[in-house]
This record gives sequence, C-alpha cells and structure tokens, in this order.
Amino acid sequence: MKDMQKPERSKSLFRFAAPQMFYPLAGRIAPWFAGIAAILAAVGLWLGFFVAPTDAIQGDVYRVIYIHVAAAWMSMFVYMIMAFWSFVGLVMNTRLSFIMSQALAPTGAMFCFVALWTGALWGKPTWGAYWVWDARLTSQLLLLFLYLGFMALTRAIEDPRRADKAGAIIALVGAVNVPIIYFSVKWWNTLHQGASVSLDKAPSMATTMLTGMLVMALAAWAYTIAVALWRVRSLILERERHTEWVAAELNALEGKI
Amino acid sequence: MKPRSKRLMLLGGAVALLIGAVALVLTAFQENLVFFHTPTEVAEGKAPSGRTFRIGGLVEPGSIKRAADGLTVQFAITDTAKVIPVTYKGSLPDLFSEGKGAVVQGKMGPDGQFTASEVLAKHDENYMPPEAQHAVDQAQKTAKTVKQ
Amino acid sequence: MQWESWSAFWDMGGFAAFVWGSYGVTLLLVVGELILVVRRRRDTVRRLLRLRRANAAGAGGRRAFEEIVE
Repeated sequence: MKDMQKPERSKSLFRFAAPQMFYPLAGRIAPWFAGIAAILAAVGLWLGFFVAPTDAIQGDVYRVIYIHVAAAWMSMFVYMIMAFWSFVGLVMNTRLSFIMSQALAPTGAMFCFVALWTGALWGKPTWGAYWVWDARLTSQLLLLFLYLGFMALTRAIEDPRRADKAGAIIALVGAVNVPIIYFSVKWWNTLHQGASVSLDKAPSMATTMLTGMLVMALAAWAYTIAVALWRVRSLILERERHTEWVAAELNALEGKI
Repeated sequence: MKPRSKRLMLLGGAVALLIGAVALVLTAFQENLVFFHTPTEVAEGKAPSGRTFRIGGLVEPGSIKRAADGLTVQFAITDTAKVIPVTYKGSLPDLFSEGKGAVVQGKMGPDGQFTASEVLAKHDENYMPPEAQHAVDQAQKTAKTVKQ
Repeated sequence: MQWESWSAFWDMGGFAAFVWGSYGVTLLLVVGELILVVRRRRDTVRRLLRLRRANAAGAGGRRAFEEIVE
C-alpha cells in the first residue's frame, strides 16, 4: 500500500469513490443519519406502543414485531448491500467498495442476532417453542454464521488486498442464502408464518400497526447508514495511513483525541 | 497472545463457522426443508413411517376433548381434505385453539391414531385489533349462512 | 392511548418478560455498538499517531513501528 494516489479532481459523483474524498463526506453526513434514526425510532415506538392496538389473537406480545421485522429485514438487506459492494469491488477493483462491505458487516450481524433473539422470545408464548428447525429459522441462523465468518475472515488475513478478496467471495456466495430466507415461508412448510407485507398483496395488518413497523424499519436503515459511515472513517484512516492527506488529518487530530 | 496465534484462531474460527454453516445446510435442511406434512400427504403414505415426524394443519372445530386426568387431550388435525386424530399429553401453547393452525410432532400408531409428543401453535400473518377480528368473524358467519 | 395505567403498560398483558426482554437486549446491543464504533475511531487515531511518532524516531524506532503495525 505504498502507492500514493493523487486525488482526482473530477466534478462527478465518482470523486467520492476516492477514500480521501469520502472520508470527510462520511463524517459530515453520519450525524444527520444518526439524528434521523433517533427521531424515527422514537416515533415508531410511540406508534407501536401507544397508538397501535393490541392484537386480537396474540395479545400484546405481538409488539415484538416492531423490532423483529425491522431487524430481520435489515439483516437481509445489509447482506445484499455487502454482496453488491463486494461485486463492485471485485469488478472495478475499487478499495472503497470492500471497505464499505466490511464496515456494514458488524451492524448486519447485530441485526441478524436481534432478529433471532426477538424471534425466540416471540415464539415461546405464541408457538410454544423458543426455537424450531424450520427452513426460515435455520436459514436466518445460517445468515448469522455467514456474517460472523465474513468478519472473522477479513480480520484474520493480514494482507488487506487478500482479506478484501476473501471477504468478497464469502459475501457473494452467501448472498444465495438471502432469497432462501425470504421465500422459505412460501417454498416450504414452515412454522413461521408468511409475510404480512409483500409486493404481491395488500398488507395483512391494521394500518397503525403497519405504520409503526415501517417507521421502525426506516429507523433501522438510518441507524445502519450512520454507524457504517462512522466505521468506514476508521477503516479508511487505517488503509490510507501512508498517504499525505491522512498525515494532515492526524496533524489536525493530534492532542484532540 | 501473539498476533500470529490470534490470526490463526480467527482463521480457525472462520473455517469452523463455515463448516458449521455447511453442515447445518446439509443436515437440517435435508431433514427439515419440509417442517411438517399435511394430513393429505399422511393419508397418501408420503409421511415417514416408523419414526417421529410432524403434521401441520388446522385443529378441527369441535374436535378437542380433554380426558378425565386433565392432561391428556384428543383432537383432530385437518387440511380440510383429510383428518388425522391426535392424542397428546402435556401442556398446550396459549394460541392453540379450534379452527387455528397447529403443528404436532410424534408417531403414527397402527390404528391411524397419531400420538404427539409436542404441540406447537402456528399463527398466520394477520394482525388486527380485537374489534376488527370480531367484524371479520361476523362477516364469515354471515357468508356461511348465506351459502347454506 | 392503549393503556389503562403505566403498570398495565409495563405488564404488557402478561408478556412483560418476552416484550421487554426483546427490547432490552436490542437497546443494549445498539448502545454497545455505538460505544464500540466511537472507541474504534479513538483507538485507530491514537494507534496511527503512535505509529507516526515511532516512525519519525528513525532507525531506532523501526522495531516499535513493526510492533504497532502488527
């Protein structure tokens, strides 16, 4: 990584593909997304707990849905984004792409765990079991292992270029699992119920419940963007430590941190 | 810990996780891609005989009978085409009720009676307030009366 | 408003352990992740500053540099 890249002074959006340009941009916009996430979460929880009615069949335990669904969607979506950046990175050989996918992984893993955890706590009082080995639950557990495998592998390999490639391959291969998770409830007999919200039919939820759930999902998006951007900044500094602009940034930070 | 052994542990962890993942796919999915069989499949002999398996369907309305010991329950599970009688001894999940989904795990007896060791409730993807549920129930009742 | 009282709210229709167990663990993980992200930023900057000082120290600092890079 001794090769120093001259910053490109292109006017297009692509100039942000240069780590040097992206670093300050990420620092500027991350707090905004964090703020949006906090506001959306507050609104979503208020809707979910105080506006939305109780469920006719399940009672108030259904209120787990407001984090369960947001977390489960996010865990799948983040993995697809990681696979996308990995693909871009492998094809275009842009370092920032790999860094993006590595910055997203811990948050995706966190949401994946949250989906499994809240699902277990929801399953016990409704199904009568914390865990069953049906296709939906098993494939979601596999997603958690894929996240952890990706994180362990990219941290274990010393050479960043090789680590990037190895991680990208896991991300791409593992992406096959995401549609399996999503469609498992359609393709096979599962204990897990079908989707309440999907493209091919009207949502099967009361409007206030649905609104609360969607607002929480948006909060999860904003949170993920904020945290990933903050993480990207640390990764960029590490990767670009031999460059002049990082030296200048360190000068500015000296004694402040 | 030396950095190298730390790396080795991480790499070992990654490999172990991936092997675990593949093993999960191969075993759990092979056995449980079909989490349960429908009563029709069971009637057609498609369910495994001689070992435990699961049947999923609706609890037939009016079929739940509790024995005198207060623990043993008899009910029938149906996919509206075929009906399988089930006996079960133990506590039932809160959402278990007539006309609702359930998955029972156990063995088929030679007399066609299924002895369950575990009963799970399967709920659907509909969420609505009690008033709306009441309205839906009324509408369905009316629709049935009209049909008859 | 869905609740008769705050105690009814906290009781969650008898499902308090399941509902609050879900939300509690999620909150813990989110807060934990935020702390980790902030700490990572701090550690990265400090490590790079150390590395640079060691590097500036010249040949004598060479070994220290390798240690930090590891």
